Amino acid sequence: MAFSRPRARFGRGPVAVVAIAAVAALGLAGCAPGGSSPTATNSVEVSTELTTDPVVLTIADETGFPLTDDLAAEFTKQYPNVTFNITRDTFANLTANAPKLLASDTPPDLIRLPTIGDTVKDGLLANLDPWFDAYGWDKWSEAQLAPLRMGDDGVRGHGSLYQLGLGYSITGIYMNTKLADQLGIKNTPTTLAELEEDFAIAKAGGVLPMMEGDKDGVVNFVVQAAINQYADPKELMDWILNVEGATYDTPGNVKGAELIKKWADAGYFPSDINSIDYATFVSRFQGGEGLFTFNGNWAAADTQAKMGDDVAFFLVPPVEEGGNHVAMGAANSFSVAAGSKHLNEIVFFLNWIHTNDKARQIVTDVTGAAPGGDPSQTQPKVAPGSLIENALAMSAQIAAENGQVDFMANATAGIYAGAIIPESQLLVTGQISGQDFVTAVQKFYADELAG
Amino acid sequence: MTTSIAPRRAAARSAARRGTLLGWLFAVPALVAYCAFVIYPLALGIQYSFYKWNGVGPSEWVGFANYLRVFTDATLLGSIGNAFVLIGFFTVIPVAAGLVLATLIRSLKPGPFSSLSQTILFLPQIIPLAAAGIAWSWMYAQTGAVNQVLSAIGLGFLARPWLGDFQTALPAVGLIGSWVLTGLCTVLFLTGIGKIDQSLYEAVRLDGASWWREFVTITIPGLRQEIAVLVTITVIAALSSFDIIYTTTLGGPGRATLVPGISIYRIGFTQSEVGLASAFGIVLMALVLACVLPIQRLARASDR
Repeated sequence: MAFSRPRARFGRGPVAVVAIAAVAALGLAGCAPGGSSPTATNSVEVSTELTTDPVVLTIADETGFPLTDDLAAEFTKQYPNVTFNITRDTFANLTANAPKLLASDTPPDLIRLPTIGDTVKDGLLANLDPWFDAYGWDKWSEAQLAPLRMGDDGVRGHGSLYQLGLGYSITGIYMNTKLADQLGIKNTPTTLAELEEDFAIAKAGGVLPMMEGDKDGVVNFVVQAAINQYADPKELMDWILNVEGATYDTPGNVKGAELIKKWADAGYFPSDINSIDYATFVSRFQGGEGLFTFNGNWAAADTQAKMGDDVAFFLVPPVEEGGNHVAMGAANSFSVAAGSKHLNEIVFFLNWIHTNDKARQIVTDVTGAAPGGDPSQTQPKVAPGSLIENALAMSAQIAAENGQVDFMANATAGIYAGAIIPESQLLVTGQISGQDFVTAVQKFYADELAG
Repeated sequence: MTTSIAPRRAAARSAARRGTLLGWLFAVPALVAYCAFVIYPLALGIQYSFYKWNGVGPSEWVGFANYLRVFTDATLLGSIGNAFVLIGFFTVIPVAAGLVLATLIRSLKPGPFSSLSQTILFLPQIIPLAAAGIAWSWMYAQTGAVNQVLSAIGLGFLARPWLGDFQTALPAVGLIGSWVLTGLCTVLFLTGIGKIDQSLYEAVRLDGASWWREFVTITIPGLRQEIAVLVTITVIAALSSFDIIYTTTLGGPGRATLVPGISIYRIGFTQSEVGLASAFGIVLMALVLACVLPIQRLARASDR
């Protein structure tokens, strides 16, 4: 009979398993997980001479950014005893695994690390101060190095140096000049109001005012660009660096966020913005969709290749004509593992990237970013009139106007995925006000820092 | 008499004991694996849930503070709500559709058409969920296949970025789950129907029963075990879903498709709050058990 099959009998099993596990957990309760707080002491004697022994340096980098490959190849050409083993993983995976990689017995010598987070507190990163003195990095731009420092209080922006940048980025606006001509727009905007006028002209002319995406949060290039123009850069930087008492809920931030809400209500963003990711919005802009797009120097070389001379790249204009510019920019930051067996060698490599002319040229050619280092050193050669030349000039201008701020996403490890992305998805579709956005981001920030 | 029985009993008992011992011996490899890969990680998870720990550095005992946060954080609670909505798409639709499809396929003559339809229905099951998620996110895009079909049949006004729209994102993601799981349900129900005594069908047919009557009185009771198993599997799939969401919406837009799996991953690996992530994981496990155990109980009760 079909009805008398044996009964399924896994009813009580799961409960028993949980009970056993709970008892085992009680057994483990005596010992707390994790190690004790280690004290980071660099175990080697600092040297600025490169060894002549054969050395293999390991680098953990993100997928899709070939810069370290090119630099490593050139370095091995100049110093054949040093070879490299470079592993790559996606940005999300790499940042999620970074602390565990660094804490392992065989950490990579050099690792791409966008946010320092707890890694300094846990003694996972090599303190670069001894090499700072030995190599004389005090001649380098301190404004670029400051966000790479962290103090004993866990606040970035001061204290010891724990990271260096393989290129220092700058953000701005790309304009499709062919569409601009068709719409009768002659010049790039010089004030925020002019930019808004251009948006309105485009909208009226049936052209998408700006090509953006927010599936993965990249519309925050626009959100922060608006906030930057109203916020006090120092206050914003303090918040990003986790200075005690700093808040995101400032009148300037709210004003900037309200401007985004206004643009959302006016229909300046693509209607499917929340299903567009970074790669999609870049290729759609390059394919001629949208008058403007907000992005960084890293897209300059590729955009030039796809759009030729039909594109301009410029800094986000200030509120007042002739006012100072403020733009996001950050080091493409890498850290040295405290447990590296080749501290002197890997720091020699980092110093070489900032000082060797060929290395500096590679950084600019591959990423369109400024190579950093000593500002008085010869800058890499770039094609006259190219977007990369623009990008370098923008970097210099921001440095001169002291207007560089870090990315809001770098404030804490979890804030981008946990608050900035979901809240901006609501903001750019007009579902919440600017004040709501600012309040929600600040709440998440406070919760995360309180842990 | 009594003198000869006692030794025999003792022998039987020692034989039984030897049998039990041998049984345990055979179970040892499985038990070791089970302890190493299920019990031990679960125990660690429970232990971590009582600490504030970033996964690397020193930890601090915080008692039930992590659990308190799980039950008071609106975002985390919202993600649990979304998971329950997904049960509709992962469980109700596939099981219902599977029942109907299996009955229809059974009524087909066995032959190439019947096996072809079984193969096609089962195909989604062999595709990794992550790949299915990526493929569907292309089809759901503004210019994707779904909107093209809608425009082609004159329903272009319905076209929208399905995964980017706050109202449609969760149902759209849920339907990917329905698409994957319907095949599994159909195939399992088909084998179940095959085991139902054919004379029962003949009996009701002689009584002049309709297709519906046959379905309700013979097919559904006969498939009770399969239904219980499938509801269990699919409810677990809904409550602990991760891969489909991760590859399509990452929990967005806003928090419209945020589910516990994504929250736990983010808290544990992005925010490095291993204690809170563990606590949420334990709560999720308790939730899954609370949903699944009654289903098992019901299946057993109706068996009697």
